[in-house]
Amino acid sequence: MSGVLVFGELTDGHLSGTTAELIALGKQLGESVAVALFGGNMAGAADEAAAYGADRVHLVEDPLLVDGQKDAIIAAFDSLCREVSPDIVLIGKTPLGLDVGPRLAFRLHAGLAQDCVSLEMRDGKLVATRSVYGGNALATVGFPEQGPRIAIVRGKVYEPLAPDASQTAEIVKFEPKLDSSVIKAKTVQVVKRESQGVRLDDADVVVSGGRGLGGPDPFAQLQELASLLKGAVGASRAACDAGWLDHSYQVGLTGKTVTPNLYIAVGISGASQHMAGCSGAKNIVAINKDENANIFKEARYGVVGDWKGVLSSFIETVRELTKS
Amino acid sequence: MTSSGAQLKILVCVKQVIDPETPLSAFKIDPGTKRVAPAAGVPPVVNGFDENAVEAALRLKDSVGAEVTVLSMSDSFAMDVMKKPLSMGADALVLAQDSQFRDLDPFASAYVLAAAIRKLDGFDLILCGRQASDWDNAQVPTGIAEMLGLPLVTVAQKLDLASGGIVVERALPDGYEVVEAPLPALVTVSNELGEPRYPTLRGIMAAGKKTPTTFSASDLEVDPARLAPRMHLLDLAVPPRDSKCEFISGENEADTGRQLALRLREAKLI
Repeated sequence: MSGVLVFGELTDGHLSGTTAELIALGKQLGESVAVALFGGNMAGAADEAAAYGADRVHLVEDPLLVDGQKDAIIAAFDSLCREVSPDIVLIGKTPLGLDVGPRLAFRLHAGLAQDCVSLEMRDGKLVATRSVYGGNALATVGFPEQGPRIAIVRGKVYEPLAPDASQTAEIVKFEPKLDSSVIKAKTVQVVKRESQGVRLDDADVVVSGGRGLGGPDPFAQLQELASLLKGAVGASRAACDAGWLDHSYQVGLTGKTVTPNLYIAVGISGASQHMAGCSGAKNIVAINKDENANIFKEARYGVVGDWKGVLSSFIETVRELTKS
Repeated sequence: MTSSGAQLKILVCVKQVIDPETPLSAFKIDPGTKRVAPAAGVPPVVNGFDENAVEAALRLKDSVGAEVTVLSMSDSFAMDVMKKPLSMGADALVLAQDSQFRDLDPFASAYVLAAAIRKLDGFDLILCGRQASDWDNAQVPTGIAEMLGLPLVTVAQKLDLASGGIVVERALPDGYEVVEAPLPALVTVSNELGEPRYPTLRGIMAAGKKTPTTFSASDLEVDPARLAPRMHLLDLAVPPRDSKCEFISGENEADTGRQLALRLREAKLI
């Protein structure tokens, strides 16, 4: 038993925001927080981890980790966990983390709590609250005595600590000495869709459309509104599945999690699956013709009506108000 | 498991779940058993992402030819629901059914399904939905792949066969990655793949004539000790919703739009 181990990830060469959030969470749960970083040239990210509060950084280095193959990262993290026997392992709900957590749990015969929205110690035991049934219910779960307690944590639930560049962390190198046979599936290409304007993930204002818009064309109006408010456009899964917008716009349980100050939902009923991606918004504004729509249970301001009649004058008034 | 030169053999794992479109007002939890009480008159469905996986299998069947077997595991099944993949075009249905298979956790579920897959043997490709809409664990496919030692690719939006292996487009939040794996392999499928096809009348007729193969716990030589849940469920509850919505209305719809903007400005939100 020795503290909390965070699965570290990078964004554009820097420690990811999710990793910084997990360090802050780890400080609440354990006496010491270590972060694992994979690959080479991690000195900068290790300093960032220290600034965000990590006590120790494991630099996991192996020739097979250089090109970031997931199977190699999982094998290396498995090896590190066996070496340091962490009490708690924290992993972000990211495309990589969602693969790492379950595979680690099966390899270590450990307990895993998926999509945690809260973690706390109760009588010295880790208890996780997690979203289930598409967000319709919350399950509170405890872990087995054996093995590390692995939690995949939803993003943007915990705030990172304020970074302090004067803080240092113990740097420990770890060489898992991987055999090339660990790589069974291989990523050969990554195709990125460049988003234009404000990134949906970081936007302070999000204007989202759903099934109620009836087709792809009304999204031009939502884009106009988003531009006026210096925000980004999002969509419900139904709108993306219908092909009206690319899935990179999808907000929800299996899409993006957004936490803007203002979330304007147009023609979105507010199924739990969608709310899981936007319930962290500070203010939700809903326009929907169904007064019983679930979105109004979560909204701060609501309009019951046909968006077609409401949206144009709303956008024009916003234009006038934001001109000055 | 062997990958012969003969026809491609695909296994799709599916789960019967409570309909996720059940209205929230009908979504109830029995606090005594800490289980979701099925809403009266709302039949269960095949998990949505699993239908995407069936669709992925049928697309491969359409393009290169394949024999598609569907496998599910539970203590009880709604047979008309479980026959849907057959009526969509799958060839055979296998049900691992035993009273011991009630509410198994992901670790036990993967153990039983892996045992059934070993017994059936000979699949080139195993497809699963990316996660089930009840517990959203996304762990069972991983467990099957780990127990059977298979390459694993998750969240597929497109699958193609190529020179002894599979090429998968894996959906990412801002694009996709192309992943290659040799067969046999396990791939989980996401909604980005596209809508599953509807059953045809002919498919429904054909499905009606098919009898599923069933396996009990003893058929699969399951060790009961491995069916116990690993995690402890302490509580299951519907989160409180303190509705505090301020409704805006004007003289007509256009005025309502204007009033909404003015109210948001007043609240310093725009």
